[in-house]
Amino acid sequence: MSDRISALGQLRAKKATGFMLSIKTVIARAYPRVIGAQREKSWMFFDVFLPMLAVSAYVFVYRAINAPKEYIGFVVVGGAMTAFWLNVLWSMSSQLYWEKEQGNLSLYIMAPNSMMAILLGMALGGMLMTALRAAAILALGSLLFNVEYEVASFWQLFAVFLLTMVALYGMGMMSASLFLLLSREAWHLANLAQEPIYLVSGFYFPISSFSFWIAAGASLIPLTLGLDAMRQLVFPSGPALGFLTVNTEILLLVVLSVVFVLGARFLLVHLEKLAIREGRLTESRR
Amino acid sequence: MNFAIKTEELGRVYKIRGGKKSEPRELIALNRVNIEVKPGELFGLLGPNGAGKTTLIKILTTLLAPTQGKAWVTGLDVEQEAEKVRPRINMVSGGESSGYGLLTVRENLWMFSQFYGLDSGESNRRIKELLDVVGMGDRINTKSSDLSTGLRQKMNIVRGFLTDPQVLFLDEPTLGLDVGAARDVRQFIRQWVDLDPTRTLLLTTHYMVEADELCDRVAIINGGKVLACDTPSRLKHDLQSDAIFRIETTPLPGRDMQSLQSLPGVKQFIHREKDDRSVMEFVLAEEQVFSAVINQLSTEDIPIHNFQKREPTLEDVFVNLVGSSMSEVEGSGRESGS
Repeated sequence: MSDRISALGQLRAKKATGFMLSIKTVIARAYPRVIGAQREKSWMFFDVFLPMLAVSAYVFVYRAINAPKEYIGFVVVGGAMTAFWLNVLWSMSSQLYWEKEQGNLSLYIMAPNSMMAILLGMALGGMLMTALRAAAILALGSLLFNVEYEVASFWQLFAVFLLTMVALYGMGMMSASLFLLLSREAWHLANLAQEPIYLVSGFYFPISSFSFWIAAGASLIPLTLGLDAMRQLVFPSGPALGFLTVNTEILLLVVLSVVFVLGARFLLVHLEKLAIREGRLTESRR
Repeated sequence: MNFAIKTEELGRVYKIRGGKKSEPRELIALNRVNIEVKPGELFGLLGPNGAGKTTLIKILTTLLAPTQGKAWVTGLDVEQEAEKVRPRINMVSGGESSGYGLLTVRENLWMFSQFYGLDSGESNRRIKELLDVVGMGDRINTKSSDLSTGLRQKMNIVRGFLTDPQVLFLDEPTLGLDVGAARDVRQFIRQWVDLDPTRTLLLTTHYMVEADELCDRVAIINGGKVLACDTPSRLKHDLQSDAIFRIETTPLPGRDMQSLQSLPGVKQFIHREKDDRSVMEFVLAEEQVFSAVINQLSTEDIPIHNFQKREPTLEDVFVNLVGSSMSEVEGSGRESGS
């Protein structure tokens, strides 16, 4: 063993701190999500084929009742964006609970990096991989049901998508902090949130079908506004079925992004302290 | 003097929530603990499960706040200066399942190294060399979900050493390892400390041999309190004047042993049934008391298979301090639900 002992010596390179440490942390934490999807191909069935069944059901209902042609496109776009909601719910919000049970959370907290960088890494990795799934659903749905798009403004579309992602994953990071204090209830809460959000966010129909106040309440979920704005931007009759104007929705998405990201930062610092005080950071078996 | 680790009257009380109607009860996990560990020391915390070892490590690694007292690591307050403490420490727990099963050994270790800001190239170099040292060089590209418990623990050990911490905390590092793997890990730990006098290692264990073989100093902990703290040889030296005998007899399940325990000169007596025999351990005030023990066994018609006089171990030290063996303490803890 003596000839192999050099690794036991001190580090040759300095360790990064500050901003560079955060960048390294974000990339490192995003890595398992990106690489994981490549190694576990089952996502193609569970995350593309199964959502397509729900999309198809709505498409056939709309066809049966002779709904406007755009509704088919609404459903396909909604089906694609559902992937992001599921990712935020299961792989962001409740993720810290699973990390705790696995024993990773204590290592994350104990390391010199910030937990915000860990959450950003989780969000970035999740977003990248979910974008692939969403694109697959969108492409498949568009091909199968012959959906035609007419983009009014690529810049606005890009801005809406980007802001929706920032606000949505910001919300995921904020709720991840809250879930830090929960035990198994985290799983039940995520389950509880899944279906009602499908309904009120208008994944499969325009949100303007609701009364103003219900639609306004549902707009606290960034996907509601993002989806509505995207539909207005890619379908000619979209604006007629839209809830608010695209510019108003962009403005609201900016507000939601700021609130959720800052809220996540505040809650994370506060709840980490609370969890350390109450001894809730380590897995329950220890 | 600058201590690598220092605690003053350190305590932690957990509030255990009861049912809806019952009041939360308090569990004292750590009670006024005072320890001082010098830089370069390999310090052991020896105690049964539930003694407070893990709670102490959690506090020292900034994962848990004490409810009483203070603790410093490398001279920094673990509560007030947690962010300065964290780059200087690392921790590995026995039986932990950290990392992600889909990632390879190298990828998991690289990921954790990035959280400490290691350069990627340097990180990969160290991963390869450290895996070679623990005999896992050929497993570098194996998915961690495909590793056996022993190999997984070796990977965790490498994770702890990878960032070259000033103070390393190992919580039961050989838990669940087979004899060979545990020996490798112990050898590696000792070398790491010996190579650099500024490195400090705090290790918790409930294996007496591990504490005896590895540690420069040992604190014996039970019920949240440190009962003794010294070098293993000095701790055992205090028992040198006693005579320690082990006697094996035919099985005696359920038999009352009060007559042996109450013999004059018997300081400690432990009896347990093991496989097809009964094992008795006596700590006697002097060697002459042994004849009285033999006579008593003979009177009670208990055939002796063999006996031996042996040197005191840390187990004897523990028994002397606590009044029962570590396994008995753990057993009673389980029975009372703690």
